[in-house]
Amino acid sequence: MSTSTIHDIGYRHYDGRRNGRAYVLRSLFVHNLRAAYGLGRPARAKVMPFLLGAIMLLPAAGSVAVFAVTDRPETLMRYSSYPPNLQVIIAIFLATQAPVLASRELRFRVVPLYFSRPVGHLDFVVAKLAALVTALFALMAVPVTVLYVGGLVTKAPDPGDQLLRYLGALLGCALFALVLSAIGMVVAAFTPRRGFGVAAVIAVYMVSTAVVLIVQGIAEQETNFTLSGWMGLFAPFNLVDTVQVRLLGASKSSVQVAPGTGAGVVALALCAVIVLGSVAVLYRRFRKAGLS
Amino acid sequence: MNSTIAMITFRAMLGRRRALLLLALPLLLLALSVVLRSTGYDDLDVSEDVLQKFGLATLLPLLALIAGTGVIGPEIDDGQLMYVLTKPVPRQVIVLTKLAVANVLVVVFAVVPVLLSGLVLTGTTARMTPAFTVGVLVGGLAYTAVFVALAVASRNAVTIGLLYALVWESLLGNFAPGAKSASIQQWALSVTDALTPASPVRASVGLAVAVPLLVLVTAAATALATYRLRSLTVASAE
Repeated sequence: MSTSTIHDIGYRHYDGRRNGRAYVLRSLFVHNLRAAYGLGRPARAKVMPFLLGAIMLLPAAGSVAVFAVTDRPETLMRYSSYPPNLQVIIAIFLATQAPVLASRELRFRVVPLYFSRPVGHLDFVVAKLAALVTALFALMAVPVTVLYVGGLVTKAPDPGDQLLRYLGALLGCALFALVLSAIGMVVAAFTPRRGFGVAAVIAVYMVSTAVVLIVQGIAEQETNFTLSGWMGLFAPFNLVDTVQVRLLGASKSSVQVAPGTGAGVVALALCAVIVLGSVAVLYRRFRKAGLS
Repeated sequence: MNSTIAMITFRAMLGRRRALLLLALPLLLLALSVVLRSTGYDDLDVSEDVLQKFGLATLLPLLALIAGTGVIGPEIDDGQLMYVLTKPVPRQVIVLTKLAVANVLVVVFAVVPVLLSGLVLTGTTARMTPAFTVGVLVGGLAYTAVFVALAVASRNAVTIGLLYALVWESLLGNFAPGAKSASIQQWALSVTDALTPASPVRASVGLAVAVPLLVLVTAAATALATYRLRSLTVASAE
């Protein structure tokens, strides 16, 4: 058999309209966003995200209810401190849902199936990250909005100031979502085994927070508040809170935040590095995944 | 005990790079202790803070959760457990073997590091190191049994375990003192409290309540895991 030919066995070519890159991106994004809340999957997968979402809403609803009854403005929680106060719930949501988006295709070695279609490597990663960011943003922004609307309906004082602080808090929520998703996705992408991804994400959150708190505790005892503030940059919630306090004019919700506007800029730059670095790492991780 | 099952489980837990994840946490505790020791911040208050907040309240529940759910959860999920269940091995032997493996992992990756960290930080002052080691050990046994039972009973075991360890024990404990008394962490702390005269260790539960509860919870969780494994239905993964 020295000669071989490719036979035309009469397959029809596709000459129709191609939907293009934007369509691919949008489809991947919507699919992953639905997956983040377990939509389109069995009820077992929906229980946890919606349970955590409900838990997130409870303090906001309770706060509005108490304000409506007592009419004391201090019973309304501050918008910007909502995510830091409920950081444990947010971290658990991140830990349970980041592996859903980042690990499943790796675990079942189906990533090459995506890339055998016209899906760009970068598009794939960006769509996944954007989906998790949107899911987390919804988790935080909905209760904050409930808090704001509840305050409006029950006539909280100073509506103009409330609106400004609400918009600032929404920005903060977006930044929380970006930074947390970036960290969660990377960790989950490197621990594809079931259960391990969840544990690894929560471990990163808990260990960084615990270490920072211990060092901050010692620094506060020594009345070295500057060191305590800068240490805060190493815990994700404290990091974003620094940006909120120094650049968005919120009051601090963490133990200590680094002093000066410069600290806010540094914190914001650090957030940007985390997000961009995460995209780069994820790109490398998924590009060759499942081949060989 | 079945040595083959134990070996397979050990390999699943420690194979490839997974041992690194388990090792990273205790190494961090040790590194923190060494740094605190070398900078001179190793008085009794700080040491107690590190051993309790990092060792007992962070490292122990995390490791117990990883080990307890990891020894059996993934096998149930992807259906591999069927190959074990169809062998003529009693179900309770399977559960006890998995539990023993998880306990060994917790001892190696949580109890021993706490012991070392205590030695680095306080030496033998006020018998705090042995007290915390025993506290972490008994807490670890109870946590592991509970998390193994959870992994057999539910597909969302890891999340439920996290909600228990983080929300129930830590968050609610600050607001509702009732929730604080019903927590393995406090029971373990009570054992520690009884063993050391050091004043920074303060438990909210008496020893006479804590020890029976620890024994009861461990036994009940083991029994539940065995019972649930007897009637396990293996559905498709995901």
